[in-house]
Amino acid sequence: MAGVIARRARKQRVFRWAVLTVLGVFFLLPLVAMVEFSTRDATTWPALVDWPELSERYPALAEGITASLLQAALTALLMLVLLVPTAVWVRLRLPRLRRLVEFLCLLPLTIPAIVLVVGLAPVYAWVTYFLGGSSLTLVFAYTILVLPYAYRAIDAGLSAIDVKTLAEAARSLGAGWGTVMWRVVLPNIRSAVLSAAFLTVALVLGEFTIASLLNRTNLQVAINLLGKSNATMSVAVSLTALLLAFVLLMLLSLLGGRRRTSAVVAPAPLKEPAA
Amino acid sequence: MAEIVAAVPQRVAKRPRLRGVTALLGAVPFFAYVTIFLIIPTLVVVIGAFAGDEGGATLANVKALGDSYILDAFGRSIALSAISALVGAVLGALLAYALATAKPDGVLRRVVTAAAGVLAQFGGVTLAFAFLATIGLSGFLTVWLRDTFSVDIFSGGVWLFELPGLTLVYTYFQIPLMVIVFLPALDGIRPQWREATESLGGTTWQYWTRVAGPLLAPAFLGSTLLLFANSFSAYATAAALVSQGSPLVPLQIRGAITSEVLLGQQNVGKAMALGMVIVVSVVMALYTLLQRRTSKWLG
Repeated sequence: MAGVIARRARKQRVFRWAVLTVLGVFFLLPLVAMVEFSTRDATTWPALVDWPELSERYPALAEGITASLLQAALTALLMLVLLVPTAVWVRLRLPRLRRLVEFLCLLPLTIPAIVLVVGLAPVYAWVTYFLGGSSLTLVFAYTILVLPYAYRAIDAGLSAIDVKTLAEAARSLGAGWGTVMWRVVLPNIRSAVLSAAFLTVALVLGEFTIASLLNRTNLQVAINLLGKSNATMSVAVSLTALLLAFVLLMLLSLLGGRRRTSAVVAPAPLKEPAA
Repeated sequence: MAEIVAAVPQRVAKRPRLRGVTALLGAVPFFAYVTIFLIIPTLVVVIGAFAGDEGGATLANVKALGDSYILDAFGRSIALSAISALVGAVLGALLAYALATAKPDGVLRRVVTAAAGVLAQFGGVTLAFAFLATIGLSGFLTVWLRDTFSVDIFSGGVWLFELPGLTLVYTYFQIPLMVIVFLPALDGIRPQWREATESLGGTTWQYWTRVAGPLLAPAFLGSTLLLFANSFSAYATAAALVSQGSPLVPLQIRGAITSEVLLGQQNVGKAMALGMVIVVSVVMALYTLLQRRTSKWLG
């Protein structure tokens, strides 16, 4: 029996390394190619690091980068302001609405971004009328886009603590609802909030569909535009954006790894990856 | 003490209706927001698919889905999604199995699952440029193969911007997604089941075809469906790669949004969008069904 098991373990090891080698080459090759491609022109990387020169030589790219960073920050903020109080409130006071809220939050999973943009066009005609055509208005659509992932993260965080008891304890000691949210519930779901925010930032930085079809700009739109005139630079920016997303999501998975007990969401299925 | 206890139910019972209303008020911002930016857009698509240019109900848009160019686009979209889902599912399952047999808390498994999490999100314009840098006309691999082995990978025509190229590019995010969704099912397989098979005289082949295979089949099928929906709804990668023509449904919709050229066809884009939602919903419903079946044994 021991011989059989040892032989199987050896076979599995051989199989494991064969699969990992083949797929490893497939996955690393494009990344290596990006490094090689973007270093063909020696002026590319220095220009990318030098912000004043970048914004002078590639104004559209600089605008796209600024827009994306602001969009990411504002979307994370709006998502938290909208979702955290609602999720807590529904758990405490409106338990019957919980299924409905969950359904609405997960609905964007079955609606591809390209479909959402078709329906958003008339809504954005009004948004443009009231707020102007700034690319920051995309934050409204992005908040919907990240809803499923953010909801899962926050819901998992809330499930791990006893919201009801905490809230009742705080209320019986004289705390108002604001204090309950800000000083009791929020600190207890800190890591869930953090992972929801990370996912949001990663998704927004990779968004292209809605921005390009609503004629607004962001990083991906700028990269796509730049690709038509300067392929080297656009590959360099792509690589940078990718590394940034890599670092963000690695931090997220480390966060998830450290806190085994609270189920932090796995990078959620069904969506156009970072698009 | 007795006073307080007696007083409590009274106070609660005093204004039950009002309390319900104030409680509802707390959820108003969320529902208002979701209505404006999710429900209304969805209704715009659903209602628009059945509305004529001048208002009024019509089936013309839905009938236009039967036009050959739209049917072709749906056919190509489904073929691309099915092939990339199948290839991604098989290769992803192999990789997941390789990880499942590794040490559960080992470095290898942690690094690969974390990388899969990142790469499953990697898509869109960035991915398109990654492949342009690799196997584009002046890409790293293209040039290297040409200079070293004088092999021209595009000797049969430039296939990168057509379905074969798109399939290859889509596989890049499908495999990691498969690893993420299929690994939990593989982890649910208990070593005792294999030992039981062996102690009853079963061979490895019998174990895989009679025990592990049937157990994993719903999970595998479900994950494949998820991968299908994933690539079916993808837009950005294809949009960045394909600049001429609109071979896929999302690209047809782009055409319908950006150039409202054809009179009487303004809402055909909405009908196509509705078609996409229906395909994705059916696939996701099947996925949920299979998921339920999976969790019976491998939960």
